[in-house]
Amino acid sequence: MDTTVANTGTEGKTWGGGNRPLGASYGKLMMWFFIVSDALTFSGFLAAYGFSRFKFIEEWPIADEVFTHVPFLHGQELPMIYVAFMTFILIMSSVTMVLAVDAGHHMNKAKVTIYMFLTIIGGAIFVGSQAWEWATFIQGDYGAVQTKGGNILQFGEKVTVDGEEKFKRISIDEFAVNIAGERATHERKNGLWFVTDDTPLPDYSVEEIYNGLEANPNILVRNQIINEEGEKTILTRDESLRQIKDNGKLVVKGANLVVNEYGTSLFADFFFFITGFHGFHVFSGVVINIIIFFNVILGTYERRGSYEMVEKVGLYWHFVDLVWVFVFTFFYLV
Amino acid sequence: MAHEHKLEIFRGLWKFKSNTQKIWGVLLFLTIVTAVEVVLGIYKPDAFMHTWLNPMEGGFFATLYNIILSPFIYMKPLNLIFIVLTIVKAYYITWDFMHMRDEKSSLRRMVVWTGVFLICYLIFILLQEGGYVFEVYNTDDALIKRDF
Repeated sequence: MDTTVANTGTEGKTWGGGNRPLGASYGKLMMWFFIVSDALTFSGFLAAYGFSRFKFIEEWPIADEVFTHVPFLHGQELPMIYVAFMTFILIMSSVTMVLAVDAGHHMNKAKVTIYMFLTIIGGAIFVGSQAWEWATFIQGDYGAVQTKGGNILQFGEKVTVDGEEKFKRISIDEFAVNIAGERATHERKNGLWFVTDDTPLPDYSVEEIYNGLEANPNILVRNQIINEEGEKTILTRDESLRQIKDNGKLVVKGANLVVNEYGTSLFADFFFFITGFHGFHVFSGVVINIIIFFNVILGTYERRGSYEMVEKVGLYWHFVDLVWVFVFTFFYLV
Repeated sequence: MAHEHKLEIFRGLWKFKSNTQKIWGVLLFLTIVTAVEVVLGIYKPDAFMHTWLNPMEGGFFATLYNIILSPFIYMKPLNLIFIVLTIVKAYYITWDFMHMRDEKSSLRRMVVWTGVFLICYLIFILLQEGGYVFEVYNTDDALIKRDF
């Protein structure tokens, strides 16, 4: 292999750069340097997430209440299932990648081709799943009211399931009372420079939510504060009405970089930023894998006599998997 | 060039005949760990939801005790389990999928020690600061009001 991989003409010249104290080729070493620096970038992001979470430790959204959806199983609350599937897909594609590297060591072109192909498919499934996860998160499910102080108030009722009292969330669509003809979109020409002309009006006004709440005595409000049982605090009926009337400012549905119906908006910001950055890594990994895949098919590495490029790309691909393991833990588990 | 692989994991407890077999073995192990995490995450057993130790009060040695045992004093056991299992998974991905096990120890140390040191530093600084900001927001005489 020494005669085929990026030789620099310094072999054997100990003082001319021919010494290889780390026993790895130039390309592999540079990939490891990149991985270390990229690992520091990701840990910077995750530590910043930890910083914000510690700052709001008593009111951070509970992941199990946010990511409950699974495709094709509409309306069922299944936390963790889909993201566990995504994790498994990514680990599985890591396995096919390492099998491709192994086949490359044996100069087995057919096997490298198959395993590279499976790796690309795994990566594509993962990116697609993440897109779906984003879409679901952006769309939201129950809706909430944001207060003047930026806190989130959510709605639900107490129900008894199997002898256990639970708080069942209720969507704002189910109880809001429409008040006809009193709302107008605030436009740019009215002096709001930060409003673009296509900013849509929220589905309901706080007034409409309040009227609906008043008409349904079973509905209670819960705020963001996590109590001793690790659940969000449920307010009394009187307090519920008072909070919406006095403090309610904006009806929010779903999450974006400005508002987040699940709780503090920083949660959504970090979710988009970190999973987005990771998703971008997966995407670029898939693109690089495709390039290598075609090189394998064209026989580039067969002619070169070494499949080391597959190994280098493999290192990057495993790193993407490695990062996901941490993102999974800190966004969905802890 | 010969590609030599060390074909055992768990310090020689589990030996494999070929590199391919080792890869499938590691996959099995990683899948089991992930499954354990998911099951714990869904059911959240009560035993793991409250800290096992309480912070000690008074004096230098009590503070030292709190610092040394801080993961057991200030963290829910469930979260501690998740983080430990994550690091276990990270170890096997790096060692067996990224072939760190087969690299020279100098390369291994260059990557791992640098990363671990800087990441620990980063995490310590930012979490400490986050906890401090929390205190500032939530003391009785806090000047910032957010509940409105």
